[in-house]
Amino acid sequence: MEFDLNTIWFLLLGGLLSGYAILDGFDLGLGALYLLAKEDRDRRILMNAIGPVWDGNEVWLVTGGGAMFAAFPNVYATVFSGFYIPIILLLVGLIFRAVAIEFRSKHPARWWRNSWDIAFSLASIFIAFIMGVALGNIIQGIPLDQYGEYAGSFFTLINPYAVLVGISTISLFMMHGAIYAAMKTEGSIQEKTRGWINNTIIFFVICFITLTMVTLIYLPHMALPFRENPYLFALALLNMLAIANIPREIHHGREFFAFLSSAFGIAALLGLVAIGIFPNLVISNPNPEYSLNIYNAASSQQTLTNMLIIALIGLPFVAAYTISIYWIFRGKVKLDASSY
Amino acid sequence: MDVEILARIQFAFTIAFHYIFPPLSIGLGVILVIMEGLYLRTKNKLYERTTKFWIKIFGLTFSLGVATGIVMEFEFGTNWATYSRYVGDIFGSALAAEGIFAFFLESGFLAILVFGWNKVSPKVHFFSTIMVALGATFSAIWIVVANSWMQTPAGYHIVGDGLNARAEITSFWEMVFNPSSLERLAHVLGGAWLAGAFLVISVSAYYILKKQHVDFAQASLRIALIVALLASLFQLFTGHFSADGVAENQPAKLAAMEGHFDSAKPGTLYIMGWVDEKNEKTYGIGIPGFLSLLVHGDISQPLIGLDVFKPEDRPNINWVFQTYHIMVAIGILLIAISILSIFLHWRGNLSNNKIMLTVLIFSVLGPQISNQTGWFTAEMGRQPWIVYGLLRTSEALSKTVSAEHVLFSIILFTLIYGLLFVLFIFLLDRKIKQGPEQVDDMASEHAKQKQLF
Repeated sequence: MEFDLNTIWFLLLGGLLSGYAILDGFDLGLGALYLLAKEDRDRRILMNAIGPVWDGNEVWLVTGGGAMFAAFPNVYATVFSGFYIPIILLLVGLIFRAVAIEFRSKHPARWWRNSWDIAFSLASIFIAFIMGVALGNIIQGIPLDQYGEYAGSFFTLINPYAVLVGISTISLFMMHGAIYAAMKTEGSIQEKTRGWINNTIIFFVICFITLTMVTLIYLPHMALPFRENPYLFALALLNMLAIANIPREIHHGREFFAFLSSAFGIAALLGLVAIGIFPNLVISNPNPEYSLNIYNAASSQQTLTNMLIIALIGLPFVAAYTISIYWIFRGKVKLDASSY
Repeated sequence: MDVEILARIQFAFTIAFHYIFPPLSIGLGVILVIMEGLYLRTKNKLYERTTKFWIKIFGLTFSLGVATGIVMEFEFGTNWATYSRYVGDIFGSALAAEGIFAFFLESGFLAILVFGWNKVSPKVHFFSTIMVALGATFSAIWIVVANSWMQTPAGYHIVGDGLNARAEITSFWEMVFNPSSLERLAHVLGGAWLAGAFLVISVSAYYILKKQHVDFAQASLRIALIVALLASLFQLFTGHFSADGVAENQPAKLAAMEGHFDSAKPGTLYIMGWVDEKNEKTYGIGIPGFLSLLVHGDISQPLIGLDVFKPEDRPNINWVFQTYHIMVAIGILLIAISILSIFLHWRGNLSNNKIMLTVLIFSVLGPQISNQTGWFTAEMGRQPWIVYGLLRTSEALSKTVSAEHVLFSIILFTLIYGLLFVLFIFLLDRKIKQGPEQVDDMASEHAKQKQLF
């Protein structure tokens, strides 16, 4: 592996998308579990736990999309036009969710709040599922023609493996969201979220084991890099340790460390995927020679350089805002007049 | 209908709907900076109340802007994949820069604006307000740069040919400062300030007319009227420079804006009219030669007309003509409204003048209509090109997407945006009826919550 600009952009794009999965992952996961809280007050606390940060989290997706457009325009064009229907449905989900968060507490009527609560929760589950299905298809490969255009149909995308990744993504985000919820709440609602953590860990571990087995059996290309470079197994090992560390930290009442563990787990999982597909971005299946990789799908070296300069200037600021916002809103949620 | 027209309708619809919100955020951002700055300087509680109230409105417009904005970013890839491959090297960088420089800034500090009143000091809060306003402005900068490159491409060369042709960057700064970037950016920002200012004016006039929250309304109105006056006059200049640039860089667009066909004749400046595209004639009230005067400084100099462009290289002339003239007419009207209101306010008569207050309540629609029609002029005037002179709109579509796909998504977006719009108006209306008192009265808010549940 050479550290050329194309590789750096593969890593940066991976970093942006991992940032998205870690950050929006917890608010999507919290949304997926949200209806389990029955009291309006509890729901408001949960909603306000993500209140100040959810749209900033979504910006990671927007920037990830922009970076993909800029660095690998062929991937952006192929994936977005090829996954047309799922992308449109994803957009519908994102809009509904944003609106539900914004609008639910603006009007006190019970029917109003219940409807938006359901919309918020279903949209969260749905978004996580679609993201997972898209990732599943990327891992497995999709049919491409010699021009790098998608050659399948909508139903090609809804296959058992992709659905399995979709469900696993829901379980992963649910676990992550439950931990975040426990970190941000106290009292009776926190007791409830601790119960969610136990159940979602079990759900996730079942999905994770099934997915790993299926991948190793049916998608040998994903295991190839690990067979060639055994030291890469370290990442898989660290990933498992991070997941195993979560119940330990929760047991000791250290939700923040549990959250860090689960964030690391998400990054490691995406890292494993990245190692599996590198240097491809979209694997063509069948006809692997049509795959889009970091060279044939990339922008010019000049643009990759310009973008790297932009990223190097911008990312320290992004890190600074993100950390300060989370710092300012640290601690348990307290409802006040400016809450949702 | 074929994919091209459906994809164009979809893009026009989703971008027009999206464009209701960002200008409001940009304009309100500036007004919030002024209000909160006055609060910090004077310690007058009145300005704290105005700031708090308008931040709530800002939050609403911002969240709708984000929700509808993600659609735009994805739509280039879903519906215009060939375009995306062709321009990704250039257009993509501007979009990514927008994400990194603008959206993170805006969304991050907005959290402090809305939720941080009790978490940070007033100075940090004010700083956050400035950052949010800057973030909103930065996003306008990058997106207008990207769009201006589509109007007047610069700093690129074409690599490959046929299906593999694409534009690659040669100079980043030539791309950023392409010939139309600055004048168009100025014109877009001016339009956004007007949108924000007239929203504040409209709501304040409503309160004054209803004799509710009068102190609050007067304070908001004063600030917004000054912004409106400056911005509307600013638009006169930026509009002139934009038109000059169009004359130089996109003569077909300028000719369509004024329905000018005959290249041997000087151009007429129409006040209103109708273009008969078939017979290549324009009917209307106008000042002969004035267009040439504005463009060349000479009333008798001939001006390039549509006759030098083949029919397949012409935009939809009457549409461009009408949208352009609506924009200009409203622009002039907004200047008149601003001057008259400030005059009446200075004489102390505005609060009693029911007719003027009613006009002001409806004036909120003015910038919205002129912003929309202005963009229609710019974008329809560029047709049949998606990148002016380089790539035709008809060649820019996604090859794998069928008309049924696009129709399906248009129907879906229409339903959802219809719902969004109703909700937006409903909540805006509720917030306005609730008024500023509720916003900062924490004790009553808590009591209300307890009562309800």
